[in-house]
Amino acid sequence: MAFALTPQAEKIVDELLSHYPTKRAACLPVLHLCQRQNGWINADVMDYVARRLQLATSEVLGVVTFYTMYHQQPVAPNVVWVCRTLSCDLRGARAIQSHLEQRLGCGVNGTSRDRKFTLKTAECLAACGAAPMVQINDHVYEDLTIEKLDRILDEIAAKTKAPHSSPPSNPSHTLTGRPPMTSKPG
Amino acid sequence: MESFQKVITTRYGVPQSWTLRVAEEHGAYAAARRAFATMRPEEIAAEVKDANMRGRGGAGFPAGVKWGFLPKDKQKPVYLVINADEGEPGTFKDRTLMELDPHRLVEGCLITMRAIGAHVCYIYIRCELVSSIQRVGAAIEEARARGYVGSNPFGVPHAAELYVHEGAGAYICGEETSLLNSLEGLRGEPRLKPPFPAVSGAFGCPTIVNNVETIASVPDIVRMGGKTWAGMSRLPNDGGTRLYGVSGHVKKPGVYEAPVGLTLRELIYDFGGGMLRNDRPLKAVIPGGSSTPVLRPDDVVDAPAENHPLHAWHGKSHIDVPMGVDTFRALGTMLGTCCAIVMDSSVNMVEAARNLMHFYAHESCGQCTPCREGTGWLQDILDNLCSGKGTPEDAALLVDVSNNMMGNTICAFADGTAMPMLGFVQRFRDEFIQAGTRGVPAGTLGESALPLVKGARGV
Repeated sequence: MAFALTPQAEKIVDELLSHYPTKRAACLPVLHLCQRQNGWINADVMDYVARRLQLATSEVLGVVTFYTMYHQQPVAPNVVWVCRTLSCDLRGARAIQSHLEQRLGCGVNGTSRDRKFTLKTAECLAACGAAPMVQINDHVYEDLTIEKLDRILDEIAAKTKAPHSSPPSNPSHTLTGRPPMTSKPG
Repeated sequence: MESFQKVITTRYGVPQSWTLRVAEEHGAYAAARRAFATMRPEEIAAEVKDANMRGRGGAGFPAGVKWGFLPKDKQKPVYLVINADEGEPGTFKDRTLMELDPHRLVEGCLITMRAIGAHVCYIYIRCELVSSIQRVGAAIEEARARGYVGSNPFGVPHAAELYVHEGAGAYICGEETSLLNSLEGLRGEPRLKPPFPAVSGAFGCPTIVNNVETIASVPDIVRMGGKTWAGMSRLPNDGGTRLYGVSGHVKKPGVYEAPVGLTLRELIYDFGGGMLRNDRPLKAVIPGGSSTPVLRPDDVVDAPAENHPLHAWHGKSHIDVPMGVDTFRALGTMLGTCCAIVMDSSVNMVEAARNLMHFYAHESCGQCTPCREGTGWLQDILDNLCSGKGTPEDAALLVDVSNNMMGNTICAFADGTAMPMLGFVQRFRDEFIQAGTRGVPAGTLGESALPLVKGARGV
């Protein structure tokens, strides 16, 4: 089914368009809006953004694939970003990451067994003075210990209803919506 | 420990410091009111030039000089763009300004817009900094409700609109032309220069791109006068106070304000409270974000000639040289963002380099071949070294790859990768050669640094 923003979000798009001299400039913020509503950026979303901003879908695809914060695959309701860069690494980021992998039962870019968390690594999230840290959705959790991290995850898990359908583990559900090519194009 | 006058952080720690009411009770917008009511735009610009403020984003270009590059005939609108894409590893200073004192940034934007003749300002904040986006956005709304932002700020018909523009996760967007492409809704690939943004920037119009801290310093420069503000510095040609960050193996990591010209020793041992563990001495420090070459405390300044810029510190440790844009360049590193990453004796430098080169390989935009390929090769060579699959010749290979990246690309990203890589090999060559014969023992970074169980922090 074709994607459309809610009427409320449409009003925000109109407001955003008034900020810039070109429609194209609203591409990043409009994609953020869509992702907030849809959970991830699929081909329908990109078609919608392209129509709304009078761009080619390929231009929107170019933008989506450039930036790491646009999810090109479905993600769980909670995305855990663990910072792996040097300041955090010096203060135990690897232990935080391996604990997360163990507890969630998945690797980086994977989704937890209960389908409530997707684990990702992040490059420096500008919280070096409070390392190690993770960002979960819109919140930053700093000065972590294993116990503190467990408490945070317990709280978030308790508040999250497990989604019915699991995010597909088969990555064939690609951005373009086409199955992956099995043979080379002729 | 010497105590220093606080200027840019005066409102840090004040309850609700991010609200307009509290900020105004503590002096916010007085400088903007004065600048709009009593100063001509060129007078404001002259004060900023007198302040000798070196840009706080990393390159250290004098802010007043940058403003002077705008074309004199105003045929097109002028834009002000604030670079709040703070993402240089080890750097976390701008975030404190945006979260704790967003009105200082908004006030700085207003004064700057008046000075350069801009009517629209975009504050480009990386989308990961959710609190910064919320606080700055709320500050703009409060200022708009009070009439400071809008068609008639402080009763002067100089329309001034501010918008927050969220990034989407790309380190390269901190490079100013890449940031402009990202602002325009494109992939954040850097542009060829010239033309420089001051001539043709956002939407093809003259644009000034400044760092958050740079612009947040403008109200104090107007309030105190450029010369007085400059005089707080310990160094010539590098004025004012600035934010210093310290992270890694220190007891009190954080962001602190001090005059320009603090030494790394003061930053680590006074502000930072000294090394995290008393049994592990300082081994190396990256002075100002990951793109600045590493320094070691046992290296001494070799500047016997009297005309050498570092002659005054001849024979002293590198960590006793005052931190300034020019002094640190003379030292063979860079001041960068002035946020130091401190490493103790447990850290293997090949591992540290590997961590950072994974960052650069991930963040290269891929536009230029030497950078796209070079960062990948550096990463692979270091992976090999760390897993015991390397050879002693890999040290020379790292140098060779780095040298082929430098100066061969559109933007400074490749240089910002190659310089720290060369710094690691030059200053810790033995460790790279050793890794080539024996690999790197496990537990030389991260795992052994701190017990993360039972809350035993800060041993």
